[in-house]
Amino acid sequence: MRTYLLESKYELFKALRLPAYSLPTILFPVVFYVFFGVMFGGRSVGSVKMAEYLIATYGAFGVIGASLFGFGVSVAIERGQGWLEAKRTTPMPVSAYFFAKTVMAMTFSSAIIVLLFTMGTLFSGVQLAPMRALALFGVLVSGSITFCALGLCVAFIAGPNSAAPIVNLIYLPMAFLSGLWIPVQMLPKAVQKIALWLPPYHYSQLALKVIGADRGGSALVHVAAMVAFTVLFTALAYIGYRRDEGKMYG
Amino acid sequence: MRSTAIPLHPNAQPPAQFRAIRKQFDAVDALRGVDLTIRPGELVALLGANGAGKTTAVRILLGLIAPTSGEARVFGGNPRDAASRTRVGAMLQIARVPETLRVREHIELFSSYYPTPMPLAEVIEAAGLHGLENRLYGQLSGGQQKRVLFALAICGNPDVLVLDEPTTGLDVESRRALWKQIRAFIARGRSVLLTTHYLAEAEALADRVIVLHRGVIVAEGTPQQIKGDSATLEDAFIEMVS
Repeated sequence: MRTYLLESKYELFKALRLPAYSLPTILFPVVFYVFFGVMFGGRSVGSVKMAEYLIATYGAFGVIGASLFGFGVSVAIERGQGWLEAKRTTPMPVSAYFFAKTVMAMTFSSAIIVLLFTMGTLFSGVQLAPMRALALFGVLVSGSITFCALGLCVAFIAGPNSAAPIVNLIYLPMAFLSGLWIPVQMLPKAVQKIALWLPPYHYSQLALKVIGADRGGSALVHVAAMVAFTVLFTALAYIGYRRDEGKMYG
Repeated sequence: MRSTAIPLHPNAQPPAQFRAIRKQFDAVDALRGVDLTIRPGELVALLGANGAGKTTAVRILLGLIAPTSGEARVFGGNPRDAASRTRVGAMLQIARVPETLRVREHIELFSSYYPTPMPLAEVIEAAGLHGLENRLYGQLSGGQQKRVLFALAICGNPDVLVLDEPTTGLDVESRRALWKQIRAFIARGRSVLLTTHYLAEAEALADRVIVLHRGVIVAEGTPQQIKGDSATLEDAFIEMVS
């Protein structure tokens, strides 16, 4: 238990002492939100203010980024540099290592969402009931798990140097096509069909459901899709991990 | 308390043992049938040129890779088991260690992996890290960084220490300092397997030298025995592998 806590604590210290990593991760989605929130500030999507709608979608965007980079790229780098192997010579449970990375991704996610709420409330007239805000926060943060799994998958399949470009190649197009930058109903019909197969779409629809701005799909379907993606990514990551071991251990 | 010399009970399992270890990587035979035993209180130097198979042997002993055939044992157990890993400390060649953690934090974290770690102050003392506890790893010199890795290897209070080229890239002074710390570890009755391509290092530290050449053991004995009639260990080595 102590190992899990210490591992998480120092994972956070490690990241916080690297502002070149932590600041962009946190500020990127917030800057995006401020930019679009101001631009479309007065508009609304259905009965919901655009500024509130965008908290859900940019919140999702931020969480996905924090998870893919914080989990995927950092594991890929430590794996490539031999640090993960050094830890594997100790009796450390590997789960403690992954647990700490998840805690880190969720902490960064929380910071992003709190900042988005703050900006929205101060500058764009966002008025969410506390319970609703809390529910939105909960949905957004828990979605981090799916994208940590995707990050893990990339970490064990890609090399240490290619992990970051591969993550960007997945992250940005997937976010756009799922309607995280521009509401999905404003995208071309063909894109809307593709979105159904992307995890951020189901994730953002769940977040939007909390504030009554989703497209009316069943929450159960979205949750099932998220769970299925998580299982798929974890399985792929596990195959990559075994192959990694097999290359060495086989 | 441990006594300084632990006699090997007839039934006791040796700290580390290889039986007919072979390891094949694709087309390359990294190890071609290696047998070796490390006894309690003994420092064994695995000597060889680059590519001789030293690091492969270390990685097999640490349970990081599996041999193609043969058997590696740590106190009679599978090197991959947590019980084995608890008794073995390792210092590997690592490209990069997280730089934004303090020396104290690195040690505290690694200590938490073990059931009976050494107290922090003792680790700091044994690794010669006095006054550097609160420095970030990235701010340390090369020699100091190696000492931190040595600290991480011993902090769990292991019975065997595996050091993969611990002094490569160090200046003479730092090398001597690390030798002193390795000797102090041995003096407490523990065992060390050390790989090196510095002959002077093997001569200065080892009770027994095992010369590995292209995946096979070509000589084994005390530094004196290996030297034989040659003037230096280096002459003997050159003769052996050419």
